[in-house]
Amino acid sequence: MAVIEARGLRKTFGRTVALDGVDLRVEEGRILGLIGPNGAGKTTALNAILGLTPYRGELKVLGLDPWTERDRLMLDASFIADVAVLPRWMRVSQALDYVAGVHPRFDRARAEGFLEKTTIQRASKVRELSKGMVAQLHLALVMAIDAKLLVLDEPTLGLDILFRKQFFDSLLNDYLDRSRTVVVATHQVEEIQDVLTDLMFIDQGRIVLACSMDEFESRYLEVMVNPDQVAAARALGPIHERSVFGRTVLLFDGADHDRLAALGEVRRPGVAEVFLAVMGGFR
Amino acid sequence: MKPRPMYWSVRRELWENRSVWIAPLAVAGLAVLAFLVTTPTLPGSVRDLSGSDMVNAHLAIHGPYGAAAMLGFATAFVVGVFYCLDALQGERRDRSILFWKSLPVSDRTTVLSKASIPLVVLPLLVFVVTAATHLVMVLVGTAVLLATGTSVGPMWAQVEPFQSVLAVLYAVIAIALWHAPIYGWLLLVSGWARRTALLWAVLPFVAIAGVERILFGTTRFPSFLKDLLLGWVTRAFVFQDDAMGNMLGMLTPWRLLSTPSLWIGLAFTAACLVVAIRLRRQREPI
Repeated sequence: MAVIEARGLRKTFGRTVALDGVDLRVEEGRILGLIGPNGAGKTTALNAILGLTPYRGELKVLGLDPWTERDRLMLDASFIADVAVLPRWMRVSQALDYVAGVHPRFDRARAEGFLEKTTIQRASKVRELSKGMVAQLHLALVMAIDAKLLVLDEPTLGLDILFRKQFFDSLLNDYLDRSRTVVVATHQVEEIQDVLTDLMFIDQGRIVLACSMDEFESRYLEVMVNPDQVAAARALGPIHERSVFGRTVLLFDGADHDRLAALGEVRRPGVAEVFLAVMGGFR
Repeated sequence: MKPRPMYWSVRRELWENRSVWIAPLAVAGLAVLAFLVTTPTLPGSVRDLSGSDMVNAHLAIHGPYGAAAMLGFATAFVVGVFYCLDALQGERRDRSILFWKSLPVSDRTTVLSKASIPLVVLPLLVFVVTAATHLVMVLVGTAVLLATGTSVGPMWAQVEPFQSVLAVLYAVIAIALWHAPIYGWLLLVSGWARRTALLWAVLPFVAIAGVERILFGTTRFPSFLKDLLLGWVTRAFVFQDDAMGNMLGMLTPWRLLSTPSLWIGLAFTAACLVVAIRLRRQREPI
């Protein structure tokens, strides 16, 4: 069964089209990265999936209609929408008490275990914690919920690289198993690249690219072309061209590896490079 | 552990809004202090009860108890009003609504838990605090009388500690029911307004009163507002001279319950809460 299934998902704010007929299918156990520039519609899409906003079109999440069956959906789905949304007046111990009190699938001991690994004090108020610690606390709470779907919207925005790395490492090591589905929206692509199983680029309310990471890795190749073979390489139809230290680097979609190898040095591009190439073409 | 969303939602309101329980306690402390200042005159007043200046003596003994209760009621009202104005706006302003909504607590449970603060929690709190204040005052008064060798009986007969507990309980319930539409309206505005909830909550009424005055030269709307605030006094109680010394005789629950405006107000409250629940579902962080 698909965990998320959307057909023709549309959402407008006045004249602004935030989602322009999005089709989407996420199977159980996948880790989907939703990547796009600011204002691309990532948050709107996630809000629709979480039943936070009404929408047009068909949408089923865990077999439920997120807008009309939101209360049931929240038993099986959890999310971190944005950094630092934990109430600033709350004490860490109160946050644990509260979530334990209202969520039937919350494992308090597990959350306490995650907090043991941090320097967060039980008696501290959220306002006294650093931004990174607030993110750690929120992650500890969410990872202790036995949810089928976890949605993360820019969960590490504004955190330094150590916290960002640690955030995704704990997610990967302590939370993910094959039955859990995760959707992460971000525009900080590099750190989550290794975590993902699927990738989706979204821009101006439309899906620009959707593929699995396996597919992504076999599709895209980047060549640092030998100076005398630039013309020949360009003839193969690169989707993007940039220059690095005076040498031309071409990005190809679906080109033959061996043919490219004859023209220069071939490497697999990161998601960020392909993102820039694909998005650049649509601007 | 079985999830108890309502219970924990109310508790979290008390964590966040500590003024809900600190304010009544602080005011009660103040009332006790003020009472302590008046204790030197207590033996004289008790002796006067059998003398010519009986009415003033009665007021002197009884007054502090009534004042402590009224102070508690007024505190509950002020705290309730400011609590409601922020209840559904604050969580959108600090974006914590995104955290609350990530948990399996419905909008209905949340709004009702917030409504229960001025409608249930504050009245009960003020009842307990006022009853405790009265108890302290009776005990202190008794000690003072015993120390000065004055007989205690007449004071107890005046104060009627047990009847006064019942009267206070009745009063907090009556006031909560009477003021419910105010709290319902404030919660609705709090869920709707992006900022300056107080302005949006009050301005329409000022405007209506002004327009009425200009168009018709009358002041019916202001008297309606006054009734909304203080109408419970004359509906729930009767103040007659012969009711003195018979506190339970002052309570008129049947008159209160047969007042149509009470029921209209409660229906309005319910409507406001329904709208507030819908607003919480749809409104986004500010």
